Amino acid sequence: MDTAVIKEKASQALKSFGLPRLIITLFLLLLFIIAPLANVNIASGVSDMLTRFGMNSILVLAMVPMVHSGCGLNFGIPLGIISGLLGATMTIEFGFTGFPSFLMAILFATPFAIILGAGYGLLLNKVKGGEMMIATYVGFSSVAFMCIMWLLLPYDNPTMVWGYAGTGLRTTISVEGAYLGVLDDFLRIEIGHLAIPTGTILFFALLALLMWLFLRTKTGTAMTAVGSNPVFATASGVSVDRMRTLSVIISTWLGAVGIIVYEQSFGFIQLYMGPFNMAMPAVSAILLGGASVNKASIANVVIGTLLFQGILTMTPSVMNGLIQMDISEVIRIIVSNGMILYALTRKQEASR
Amino acid sequence: MKGISKEFSGNRVLNDINFRLYPGEVLGLVGENGAGKSTLMKILFGMDEIRETGGYGGEVLIDGKKVDFHSSEDAIKAGIGMVHQEFSLIPDFSVAENILLNREPQRYSVMSEVFGKRLNTIDSKEMQRRALKAIERLGVALDPDKQISTLPVGYKQFTEIARELSKEDDAEEAARHSKDKDAVADASSIRLLVLDEPTAVLSEKEAEALLDAMKKLSAAGIAIIFISHRLQEIIEVCDSIMVLRDGEIIKQVDKEEADVAKIANWMVGRAVKSERVKRDTSHVSDEIVLDVKNLRVDMSGEKVHDVSFSVRRGEIFGLGGLAGQGKIGVPNGIMGLALARGDVFFEGSKIEMNKPSSPLGAGIAFVSEDRRGVGLLLDETLEWNVAFSAMQVNGKFLKKFGPIHMRDNEAMRKVTEEYVDLLQVRCTSTKQKARQLSGGNQQKICLAKAFALEPKLLFISEPTRGIDVGAKSLVLQALKRYNEEYGTTIVMISSELEELRSICDRIAIVHDGGIAGTLDATAPSEDFGVLMLGQVKEA
Repeated sequence: MDTAVIKEKASQALKSFGLPRLIITLFLLLLFIIAPLANVNIASGVSDMLTRFGMNSILVLAMVPMVHSGCGLNFGIPLGIISGLLGATMTIEFGFTGFPSFLMAILFATPFAIILGAGYGLLLNKVKGGEMMIATYVGFSSVAFMCIMWLLLPYDNPTMVWGYAGTGLRTTISVEGAYLGVLDDFLRIEIGHLAIPTGTILFFALLALLMWLFLRTKTGTAMTAVGSNPVFATASGVSVDRMRTLSVIISTWLGAVGIIVYEQSFGFIQLYMGPFNMAMPAVSAILLGGASVNKASIANVVIGTLLFQGILTMTPSVMNGLIQMDISEVIRIIVSNGMILYALTRKQEASR
Repeated sequence: MKGISKEFSGNRVLNDINFRLYPGEVLGLVGENGAGKSTLMKILFGMDEIRETGGYGGEVLIDGKKVDFHSSEDAIKAGIGMVHQEFSLIPDFSVAENILLNREPQRYSVMSEVFGKRLNTIDSKEMQRRALKAIERLGVALDPDKQISTLPVGYKQFTEIARELSKEDDAEEAARHSKDKDAVADASSIRLLVLDEPTAVLSEKEAEALLDAMKKLSAAGIAIIFISHRLQEIIEVCDSIMVLRDGEIIKQVDKEEADVAKIANWMVGRAVKSERVKRDTSHVSDEIVLDVKNLRVDMSGEKVHDVSFSVRRGEIFGLGGLAGQGKIGVPNGIMGLALARGDVFFEGSKIEMNKPSSPLGAGIAFVSEDRRGVGLLLDETLEWNVAFSAMQVNGKFLKKFGPIHMRDNEAMRKVTEEYVDLLQVRCTSTKQKARQLSGGNQQKICLAKAFALEPKLLFISEPTRGIDVGAKSLVLQALKRYNEEYGTTIVMISSELEELRSICDRIAIVHDGGIAGTLDATAPSEDFGVLMLGQVKEA
């Protein structure tokens, strides 16, 4: 009988933790254990993981508001990223440098994020029930549209435009001299091979705290209720459409900030098809963290991003060391797409 | 054909029902919602749900032979046709196509030689002829080429009946083509037609035409079971009338013995068990607190055409009536949950329509009949459920830091605990998810939510639907106490007349989207019965 109780408890614990999360965690632990055998330094592995965590966590955080308001996962995050890219290119165009250039990038990106987010929100209000599919198309089509715009917009800073034509932005633009590493190097801790990008993590913590507080305000509570039962929210005098639009705007803005933080660490602005592949990793990271299509918390963001980026950084180095073959891309695709597929099939279960 | 007799026993919904029906007889079946009419017909028609829920007791005899239908197809083969309340027609097909759907006359072609029967072509002329034949038997002017979606409801109904009738022709056709004499005997034609509230959606004129058609069919030897809430029709067309209440036959009479008032009394007039509780009405003033004028609500299944009524401060006002007549539409329209038009005044000021925040802000609360859909956040804690509306509407349970209003979890917990005690909600903690509670306890949470708003006027819709007797009386007691202690005006909407009569001061009966009349709760139940059936009483 005792074993039955233990079994019951174990299965409950497993269920609450989630099978995919358990498998990924064990896999990540395994990678760290066999890392020394492959001549991989654990400390530098951890550093890589933390750096990538800092780069991606805000993009993952951007998923939270829309999940709360019932708009599902924001596959349309490229729209936010495009706002961020506009801000980033403008700050360089106008010649800002150092930390101010980082702030100005966010400042320039904000109006774009609000306007694009509002339009995107209006669109999603018209397609209730099919948000995620429409969002995917919004993301894709906005990327395609901007491919044209990057060529046509009147940028003329020589560090950004094509050298031979003098017009049109290059595919990759360095942020060196602007805001490269402004967060990463802030209070940076280095002990041997271990390096912690303190500033980036603190910046994420600040935004996460603000998000956490927001979800506990009157408006944030209403947003969660809208996602939980829109009719109930209506009956309580809450405007469902307004809440949803607000959540989309917040998500889009976080996407814009997220890409700027990503660039300050990565070192380059990636235009054209760059935003195209940003949605899937962010979506699968939050799902890996235990979120579902209609429930997500800050903890889901932190855990999910750590696990997902951990796998991405550790797999290539360890695997390369062991079998002299690069399968990191394969693993990334399997994990990220598999995770999304798993989460979407579990939609009903998660709402229980 | 010797007639059909049929009995059940040991079923809670239907208790020991016996009746016989002769060829050509028209039997009127009447009863309140939930009296068991539909269940009875479903058994007769061999519907799947009956077998899935454990079958039935007793036996059905047709022509003196015991039959046991395994599916509706068996019933159709035995010559029973049924026209349901909801249409099962394809809107974009023509009348003829709908009548003969899946039984189209076919013509042999070269293609079918190669690819089999599926490629037989449809013989449209023959189809036309057979559709017309069925329509003629009904005696109505219906063009078989018309598209269903362009027809008025009455003609859709005729199409359905024509379909049942055309099945008889099928039998004849089959007999004509088959040389085997036995097959002719087996292929039985339609002998019993069940019409489940066919006139509910019809205008008077259309209904008249339908009744004429029924008389014709009956003259042709087809027995008909006719279910309707319009008693006048029943008396006009039926040979005998059977009144069902709480799963039992209360009365079975010939039409000569019945009149509207009598039938109404049989239907609702249960021996009034629940004594009306004494009410302290000292707080009821003559001041009109809610004035509704020409309210029109577009809510599916509960349309309101033109409703006007006024409620006095402090009273418990009841809105009764049969299902689908519009009483549910009234509060949903006023609260902005269904598209509405009209003038609603609360405490002298106008309430904006189609804007939920307007009535809420004025101090009107609503407990919806749709607990799970509208009333609760099923996946959130009880605390959220109780406090959310009050937080959004009245700004309660919030801690203020300048312009930022944060949720006060402690206050939410306290108020929830208070109501859990007060209403005796059975739950493990206030952190439990609303989904995990039973129906009765969910209803109490809905009440708590409304009480937390501290409303001046409370709409409460079907408060006791689907909850057990104990919880029922508790909910009603809580309402009454709340009304007496705080002087809150309550408008209660319920399908159960006795429930309304037990706690309300005045009751308005909604019929066909309008108010049929308003009576004092102490008025005799026949009067209510008459109003519910739409017979406006002469002053």
